[in-house]
Amino acid sequence: MKIKILNFIATLVLAIIFSFFLPWWSAMLAAFITAVVFSLKRAAVFFTPFLAVFIFWAGYSFLLANGNDFILAKKIAILLPLGGSPYLLILVTGIVGGLAAGVAGIFGKQCLVLVKK
Amino acid sequence: MKYLKFTLSLLLTASVFYGLNNKLGSIPPIGKFLNPYTGVWQNETDESTTGTVPIDGLKDKVTVHYDAQLIPHVFAQNENDLYRAQGYITAKHRLWQMEFQTYAAAGRLSEFIGESALNYDRQQRRRGMGFGADQAIAKISEDPETTAFLEAYAEGVNSYINQLQPKDFPVEYKLLDYQPEPWTIKKTALLLMYMTKDLAGGDSDLEYTNALRMFGKERFDLLYPDFFDVIDPIIPKETDWSFIDVPITETPESELPLDSIRKTLDKPNPDNGSNNWAISGQKSYSGNPILANDPHLGLNLPSIWFVMQLSTPTHNAFGATLPGALGIISGFNNHISWGETNATRDVLDWYKIEFKDETSKQYRYGDDWKTVSFRVEEIKIKGKAAYIDSVCYTHHGPVAYDKNFMGDNKLTGYAMKWSGHIGGNNQRTFLELNKGRNYDDYVNALKHYTAPAQNFVFASTEGDIAIWVQGKLPNKWKGQGKFLMDGSNPKNDWQSFIPQPFNAHTKNPKRGFVSSANQHPVDESYPFYVFNDGFETYRNRVINNFFNSKETFNIQDFKDLHNNNYNLKAAELLPTIFETMDTSTLTEEELNIFNEIKSWDFNNNIDELGPSIWITWWYILYDLVWDEYDVDNVALEKPFSYQTIHLLKTKGNDEFMDIVETPETEIAKDLFLISFKKTAKSLMEWKAENGDYNWNAYKSTYVGHLLQALPAFSRFNLPIGGGGNIVNATSKNHGPSWRMIVEMSSPPTALGIYPGGQSGNPGSIYYDNFIDDWAAGNYHSLNFLQSDIKTEAVIDTQTLISN
Repeated sequence: MKIKILNFIATLVLAIIFSFFLPWWSAMLAAFITAVVFSLKRAAVFFTPFLAVFIFWAGYSFLLANGNDFILAKKIAILLPLGGSPYLLILVTGIVGGLAAGVAGIFGKQCLVLVKK
Repeated sequence: MKYLKFTLSLLLTASVFYGLNNKLGSIPPIGKFLNPYTGVWQNETDESTTGTVPIDGLKDKVTVHYDAQLIPHVFAQNENDLYRAQGYITAKHRLWQMEFQTYAAAGRLSEFIGESALNYDRQQRRRGMGFGADQAIAKISEDPETTAFLEAYAEGVNSYINQLQPKDFPVEYKLLDYQPEPWTIKKTALLLMYMTKDLAGGDSDLEYTNALRMFGKERFDLLYPDFFDVIDPIIPKETDWSFIDVPITETPESELPLDSIRKTLDKPNPDNGSNNWAISGQKSYSGNPILANDPHLGLNLPSIWFVMQLSTPTHNAFGATLPGALGIISGFNNHISWGETNATRDVLDWYKIEFKDETSKQYRYGDDWKTVSFRVEEIKIKGKAAYIDSVCYTHHGPVAYDKNFMGDNKLTGYAMKWSGHIGGNNQRTFLELNKGRNYDDYVNALKHYTAPAQNFVFASTEGDIAIWVQGKLPNKWKGQGKFLMDGSNPKNDWQSFIPQPFNAHTKNPKRGFVSSANQHPVDESYPFYVFNDGFETYRNRVINNFFNSKETFNIQDFKDLHNNNYNLKAAELLPTIFETMDTSTLTEEELNIFNEIKSWDFNNNIDELGPSIWITWWYILYDLVWDEYDVDNVALEKPFSYQTIHLLKTKGNDEFMDIVETPETEIAKDLFLISFKKTAKSLMEWKAENGDYNWNAYKSTYVGHLLQALPAFSRFNLPIGGGGNIVNATSKNHGPSWRMIVEMSSPPTALGIYPGGQSGNPGSIYYDNFIDDWAAGNYHSLNFLQSDIKTEAVIDTQTLISN
């Protein structure tokens, strides 16, 4: 359990730090590095980084949009199209980030397995 | 096993990365687009309007006060700083739009939209938009002062672009996945070409050539007269032209090439036009002249206009700017006010070119062969190899149509002669108007102005009012350029231009007002040839009747006139229809609709049914009258509405009234009935699907985002009346793009509004916050600050300092 929490916290912290100077895929990089350092097993390999980045992306999106009355979020939710619901857009944002991080986590794990023997 | 797992996970990661990092069809690159730290969520904010910002190249401090409408009031110590600041501030609020419009002008949309924009881009290249911009730059470079200001503006825009991180890019860049590029003087020239094309890029010469061939000269002259039976020109009819001592060009002997032309370039929106007017002190409630302007353009977001106050210690101007161009375009300063409507003059002609051989390197001119020059147009296409098009340039201009474009004959082409290619220093006109103090300054400012020809209305605190039809206008012989001309005959060339002082104008006319609404500039007494290139025939008469109707006018009268919904066109035809149409065969449903329109008072108000019935009926009737024009593979343009109505009323038995495909011989009153029955059917169907066809619902006005009215960033179903050929010229997606009223008190007091908002960011409350008030016919007071001292109207202040 402890390692999962460590992995979760490390992914979240790294993703936030990287976000200051790297593009969107920094979330994948964060998950990859964490997967190598705090190796997890089975489904947790995917879901721990997924959750960490989901929370970061969805949470940060919410903060930004909430400060501006969701004006743009409502419009983007028409554009994509998500029925104009900003919350659905936030959910999708979280899932996109989580998915990217999750697969990077799996890839990190497999790299580790390959090197470790 | 572990190798397999490794490979699979690698593939999975790579494909997720690829899928989220790239645009898939119209879906933006979703990872890039949605992440909260560089994606679209970063645009969920207003532009900053406070603090101190260093700008490259500023000589002195510039104070920018923002009021509650997000209008920047810019106070600079010198003009160079002023235009640098204008560039910076405009880019801050409208960067994507500024760039998009110049891409559109240059024919570069394929670069970020892809192959679907190629046909549009090719047309722009074939029209010589880039060539025209180059010519303008060459002309402007003779004027070091204007060049320096244009450079300062460009550097101001670039100061803004350079401090942007990808996360700060406007939403549209993120949506389409590209980046802003540096601003240049060329881009300003391209923007002005964009306006020139929109306002003076239309012609019907090739369509008329087809019509002349099909119907003969007598019928042609009946269908397309130079003057209608009733006109109310911009320059009053009683004007004395005896001061003009230059004759009209003599008509040479030449034959018209009556080619059959299948297809022509896309035309600008025929509704592009405007109203402006000014009343003298005597006609004004306060003794101060009052001026108004409302340019009718496509209703887009971000708006074509951006309102600013631009001030130095020696001048103080306020009004609507065009993002990408310098100074105020329609506005006022402490001494004068000005505004424009399109002059709709025929400044675009076509010449048939006969090439010597298939290499298209030489063409016949007189008894000789002249050599063409080639302009190689490289159109970059997103995700594809570039498209190369070589366009032949003759001394007339670009051969737009030839074997490579819309033509099939290897030895002939059609070359375009266009005032948009002459090269002018139009920018200078506006810089001088911004600083103008009186009538003479206004007249001198206009002398630089080439195209698109405009009717410049003027009023001053000194009490003068005036209007000039200004542009560089060819002195044509009677009928020159109505049809395709033989480009090998030197006598067919434009021989000279009307000397600028002889451009039609009037100052302080007796009637106490000046006005224009894209109608005939002059009547037949003007010595130069003025071709009817689609002059408007309704709005002007409503405006002039209004100003002739009483002694004095106040601001409320001006507002009422802007919002006047009287449909003169319907009022001129419907009574004849009601009198002559046989209603005995109408069903009960049809009779109901007939009674609805019969009880209409000809006002296109939103709750009326009449305007919806009228517009449906008119279009069906019009097409029925001109069924002779439904011919495949021949480019044609149907006659003007005014003449159509005139013929329906006075020549109801004419052959044209007959519907060709029926065995009976129809006359006008039969067409009324047939078209009415079709109208009733169409309206019943509409009603079954959409409910009540009141004008509001039926017209459903919208203001569409520049990217093909992307629904998310557009505003639909706006409750506003009016329509085409009505003073309140609001049709479905076109209309008054800026409404301004200025009273020439000292200092002037002004009202203004436009269907948009100051911010170009769809995430800002200022993106579309003027729209509801605009639709309701309301105005905002413009806070004309007299110094950089902060007043109650100022909400935020930003200081720009030298870097």
